[in-house]
Amino acid sequence: MSGAVSAGGSDTEAAHRAVELAARASYGRLVAILASRSHDVAAAEDALGDAFAAALSQWPTSGVPDGPEAWLVATARRRLSDRDRRARVADGAADSLAYAATFVDVTSQSPLHVRGGHAAFPDRRLGLLFACAHPGVDAGVRTPLMLQVVLGVDVETIASAFLVAPVAMAQRLVRAKRKLRDAGIPFTIPEPEELLPRLAAVLEAIYAAFGTGWDAVAGGDARRVDLAEEAIWLGRLTVDALPEEAEARGLLALMLYCHARRSARSDASRAGASAGLRSGAYVPLTDQDPSQWSMPLIGEAEATLMSAARLLSPGRFQLEAAIQSAHLSPAFGRPRDWAAIVALYDALIAYAPTVGALVSRAAALGEASGAAAGLGASDAIPRDVAATYQPWWALRAHLLARLGRNAEAREAYQRAAGLTLAPSIRDFLLARRDALEGID
Amino acid sequence: MKYSILVYETPTELAAREDPARQGAYWAAYTAYSQALAQAGVAAGGAGLQPPGMATTVRLRGGQRLVQDGPFADTKELLGGLFMVDVPDLDAALAWAARCPAAATGSVEVRPNLPPPPGV
Repeated sequence: MSGAVSAGGSDTEAAHRAVELAARASYGRLVAILASRSHDVAAAEDALGDAFAAALSQWPTSGVPDGPEAWLVATARRRLSDRDRRARVADGAADSLAYAATFVDVTSQSPLHVRGGHAAFPDRRLGLLFACAHPGVDAGVRTPLMLQVVLGVDVETIASAFLVAPVAMAQRLVRAKRKLRDAGIPFTIPEPEELLPRLAAVLEAIYAAFGTGWDAVAGGDARRVDLAEEAIWLGRLTVDALPEEAEARGLLALMLYCHARRSARSDASRAGASAGLRSGAYVPLTDQDPSQWSMPLIGEAEATLMSAARLLSPGRFQLEAAIQSAHLSPAFGRPRDWAAIVALYDALIAYAPTVGALVSRAAALGEASGAAAGLGASDAIPRDVAATYQPWWALRAHLLARLGRNAEAREAYQRAAGLTLAPSIRDFLLARRDALEGID
Repeated sequence: MKYSILVYETPTELAAREDPARQGAYWAAYTAYSQALAQAGVAAGGAGLQPPGMATTVRLRGGQRLVQDGPFADTKELLGGLFMVDVPDLDAALAWAARCPAAATGSVEVRPNLPPPPGV
């Protein structure tokens, strides 16, 4: 904390901090710049890795350059062009000129202070995002690829978030990068006629990153929670680059609403948590204390959703954000309007009939029209997708208990508990089951 | 493909089996988990094990039998049992392993089973 310590700290320490800062703040931006011409993400990452290594060895003695990012890009480009030169000697003049031009551009700035959109140091991350979410890339690896290439998240963290063995995840990422390079997938924002379907894939991938981070809140793994914030950051980037796209704004609003309720999902900070449950017990949405919700984030979410609605181009993410918004009425002293929430889910299901949306609609219907109606709606959900979906069992348990069918409710709570990943949710479900003990 | 989900528990978790205040929640979690495996149609065997204090280890060395009380190795996390699952791939096995109660407190190791030896 004290200035004396950092001022007296060694140059090595300061240099290492500068390298770390550049790596955290700019990794994806630098990879995007380096790979945008060659389409070779792996080579760009290697060259950038070399440049970081060179920075770690040189900056302690030479001092941190004025433009650390420019230095890293220039150094990495030299590695890349060394490789290129070895690979193809002849085909040089135009490339060398372009190379020289970009070199002059980047070194004439202090890019650490130049944020996206600057002509001399363009932000190519969005192009990289579109490349990662290209239909030519296997759908299952798009989000991991984006996290690694655009945000520099390490393979182990990604593998943990997606519950895949690290070796397998590393292989999938290598294959995907080879595909980007060999198939010549462009690192650009698509033409208008192609933009919508491609943007949908980008938004899906960002939302998947957010979801893995958010689900982890209940599990309590802080390392994964960061993915939620990085996803929000990517969402902002997309909105900045494509301000006319309502769904990009819808997704950003949705993530902000969810994030605003993050600390209210567990009762770690709430006094008098029920005895017998570990601290940090899970608190379902309808039991959350609105005073725990972040009002600044909610304000930003509401403004973002409004700005999306003004573009008059509704879609899945805007509807999901609107549902989140409808759930916030207790924060403003009003009860939830469950009929309106059901109507929003009906509209959402028309766009995206996911099992999550179907279960949530049945839950809302259970509040709006009674437990029997909710149970009927849950019966209508195809069993093959519902049978291993924990929220489906938890909802049925809740509705069966309300109907007084306690034996069936206990069994459904048990089923849900056996399917959950998060100890806090398991405790919650088993406590609900036990509360029904002996009252048939 | 068959995988073994090896459940390594901390001594604190293992002690919950005998602790009147905690044993209800402990067994409830494992009962729910093993029922979920069975009801999903992936259960392929397994067993809970008595604690390492009940173990007896046998070695044959130079024609001598060495029998000793206690487990083969003293480790911080103790093998509490195993579940076998029959699932399409490692991703699916990991998804089930993550649902095992010990995943949140101890460790859960997933290993592919060897195929039966030829001629068996």
